[in-house]
Amino acid sequence: MATVHLSVVSAEEAIFTGDVEAIQVTGSEGELGIHPGHAPLLTAIRPGMVRLVQDGKEDFIYIAGGTLEIQPHAVTVLADTAIRAADLDEQGAEEARRNAEEQIANPSGDFDHKAAALQLEEALAQLKLIQQLRK
Amino acid sequence: MASGKEIKGKIGSIQNTQKITSAMEMMAASKIKKAQDRMASGRPYAQNMLKVIGHIANGNLEYRHPYMEEREVKRVGYIVVSTDRGLCGGLNSNLFKKVAKDVEKQRAEGVEVAFAAIGSKAVGFFSRFGGSVLAAESGLGDKPSVNDVVGVVRTMLNAYDNGELDRIYLVFNHFVSTMAQEPVINQLLPLPKSENENVQHRWDYIYEPDPKELLETLMVRYIESQVYQGVVENAASEQAARMVAMKAATDNAGNLIDELQLVYNKARQAAITQEISEIVGGAAAV
Repeated sequence: MATVHLSVVSAEEAIFTGDVEAIQVTGSEGELGIHPGHAPLLTAIRPGMVRLVQDGKEDFIYIAGGTLEIQPHAVTVLADTAIRAADLDEQGAEEARRNAEEQIANPSGDFDHKAAALQLEEALAQLKLIQQLRK
Repeated sequence: MASGKEIKGKIGSIQNTQKITSAMEMMAASKIKKAQDRMASGRPYAQNMLKVIGHIANGNLEYRHPYMEEREVKRVGYIVVSTDRGLCGGLNSNLFKKVAKDVEKQRAEGVEVAFAAIGSKAVGFFSRFGGSVLAAESGLGDKPSVNDVVGVVRTMLNAYDNGELDRIYLVFNHFVSTMAQEPVINQLLPLPKSENENVQHRWDYIYEPDPKELLETLMVRYIESQVYQGVVENAASEQAARMVAMKAATDNAGNLIDELQLVYNKARQAAITQEISEIVGGAAAV
């Protein structure tokens, strides 16, 4: 059976490399099913799981979003290490700036709704994966 | 000559210090392996990303990203990665010396400088050094994560986007080997031109949603991963430098103890000799 080389890498570790028969992933514009010989494609992917078929067996990898690059014989998932959003990044930037001003680390104790919502989304995606694995 | 008891006390205190330094040496030695692994595991990400960015840059794309455009340099930013703790030889001071030298050169050309400090040693140094510190982050620990550097990177990128900075450098200790670490200054932005410019691609990707947005994300992620790599490499350098420094300290302590032991023995013998001659002298007088 034809296979395509898949590598899932994040900035902190290489999560998966190997030849697979099919990949299913949620892109920013919808679900994607990838088989060998797919046209070159570049897309952002949503937090969730990557389903892959290797030697007839299916496997799941949880990722927190990232970018997907497809070439006919190689698929690369550039995974983020945590759920990321522009406003959260801005928050980090703000914090770094404040650190520079105060010269001491001083994280705010306020409850942050957006951060909490993102954590919830991440937790839900992980739960979904666990449920799927139990079936 | 110092009395026997005094010397004994000195030997004891040096032995205590030696115990501490040899414990630190062993801890650093055990941490090096993990730090090196972390260094190696992040590489494929940056390599793949560079490949994709190269594809886009060389592809049939008329859109040029500002991160790829050289512009007139009026103000440069340095992201300086240091350690959080000391006792690692000249690692940090060599790094800061290199930065100070580079800054002097820039200033001579009428270019302003700004800093972003990662690690408490850099935060401390650049608050005294002069020049504006745009961002600071410390307390990364032995297992730095990408999230720790996001804030700093974002601050610097915002400054770059707003035209406040025209060039960004990353400064960290390059891990050559366990015995050698070398401070390096790498240009982050604008992206240095790749050597294989002649590689032409006739095909282009299908983009979802659109290339501009994707490229934007990829660029930011790439910069983040570069800074993260710097942090991880610096962490490995820190452990290696600490191991070497602590080994030297332990050896020195051993030498000191040997010398002091000799002095102690001499003092003891002198005391005995004196006592005997006193007794003999006393007996002769009787």
